[in-house]
Amino acid sequence: MSIIKMLDEFSSENLMSKKSSRRDMFGTLSSFGKKAAIAAVPFGLASKSTKASAATSMFFDHVGPLQLALTLEYLEAEFYLKALESGVLEGGSREETAFMQISKHESAHVDFLMAALAEDSIDSPTFDFTAGGAFDPFNEGDTSMEVSRAQMLALAQAFEDTGVRAYKGQAGALMGTPYLEPALQIHSVEAKHASEIRRIRGLKGWITGNERGDGMPEATQAVYDGEEVTSQAGIDLVGYDYGDSPLVGDKTAAVTQAFDEPMTGETATAIASLFIVSES
Amino acid sequence: MKKPVVKLELQDGKNSGSSRRRFIKMSSLAFAGSTLLYACSEDDDFNPGMEPDPDPDPEVFDLGSGDLGILNYAYALEQLEAAFYTAVRSGSYYSGAPAEEQELFDDLYNHEVIHREFFRTAIAAATADTPEAMLPDLEFDLEAAGIDINSRDSVLATAMLLEDTGVSAYNGAGDRIAMADYLVIAGKIVSVEARHASAIRSLLNPNSPDFAGDDVIDENGLDPAADPADIYSAVVGLDVVATPFTANNLPAPQHES
Repeated sequence: MSIIKMLDEFSSENLMSKKSSRRDMFGTLSSFGKKAAIAAVPFGLASKSTKASAATSMFFDHVGPLQLALTLEYLEAEFYLKALESGVLEGGSREETAFMQISKHESAHVDFLMAALAEDSIDSPTFDFTAGGAFDPFNEGDTSMEVSRAQMLALAQAFEDTGVRAYKGQAGALMGTPYLEPALQIHSVEAKHASEIRRIRGLKGWITGNERGDGMPEATQAVYDGEEVTSQAGIDLVGYDYGDSPLVGDKTAAVTQAFDEPMTGETATAIASLFIVSES
Repeated sequence: MKKPVVKLELQDGKNSGSSRRRFIKMSSLAFAGSTLLYACSEDDDFNPGMEPDPDPDPEVFDLGSGDLGILNYAYALEQLEAAFYTAVRSGSYYSGAPAEEQELFDDLYNHEVIHREFFRTAIAAATADTPEAMLPDLEFDLEAAGIDINSRDSVLATAMLLEDTGVSAYNGAGDRIAMADYLVIAGKIVSVEARHASAIRSLLNPNSPDFAGDDVIDENGLDPAADPADIYSAVVGLDVVATPFTANNLPAPQHES
């Protein structure tokens, strides 16, 4: 079984596809635990310890979701640190102020998740934020400072919006574990980051349809695919009669903005992998 | 396991409507936030048909137990948010605001009305056989809470309070939800509330770290996750909810954190 495929099974979309009681959830999760034991090390990352492959933890079910989360946090934490070191952002600017605050949080998330995973923690992958030369966010090449800055902000938006959707996608797998609540507490912080970065870039803080927004590279479209949902729990919220509380403007736009959609572990991994240098 | 019982009721005085000049009456919505209070329940399995535990005051609506209680809790919060933004759009701050701020409040209004109507519809379906278990339309009195919809400062401060409350309430409700489908719905809504909180905070203090400020986010980079009892007390303390209700039977968390 491929690691990607295994990770996808942690995603909520699979979990959510069948209505299940909590008891059923536990049964489902324990079978995930066995699969996780086989794959053990997501993304081909080096494990800190061979214990990562031992399915002995009482809360083994949390390991896959938290390792995915830690990988995304490693990516974000390193990105913001390098961005702040690069000198691309003007000192004292709104961008720099935001990046400093976000950097603080992402580094704290890394520490928090490493501690939560304990012996199941993983080392950071090696990142390439140029995605093989496609971008130059830190202005290390011949790119103009302005283009580097635009790319840096675009990548920040993509990473934050991915984080929101990826954490949401793992919530179901964390049900019944002590890690659900802290994961939710990180999830909403990522959403606050996303909102600010989007507004710095001149967008709304929320996602309309599956629009990645002006100035976002096409390579980031995967971050937004699937956001265009207009029915929730079988309720068509666009066709709904809002009576004395009519919506303002485009109903479909408003409905899609009002709910963020989860992302599978597979999609989140594929997005992160664009920036991960495979070990060879 | 310890089973704290919290019994909080709104002041009777809030019902004497004659002194209220501005009264927001909600009639038909649905929401998805979180607003009230709770107490541990003997049974946290979702059971829309169950009667609430012995209710000391049958005249006062109780949010109920299990997932239905959580849905009603969220519905109450979303009713409040939707009522607030509806009122904001009728005030002089909004009518004189720059286009950018008007657009922001249009979006917040849309989203909260959608959340409210979503919960209205979902809860109605879940309580088809026991309609008395569905939270009724709540009435709100913004003026009694000292909220001035004609003042930018008051509107922004209230919006921040409500959005911060929503984030904290949904985060604290997650581990009390039994059905995975409901957890995912709550997750879809809470991140939008967080996006709102960030936008309002940014408007209040531009070019600052306040969009994800240290006043709410802790040293681990975590947002708050409040107990329903605390949210209930806080919201009741605002004197904004004119319809009494209790939250005596909401489920306990599965894990202490």
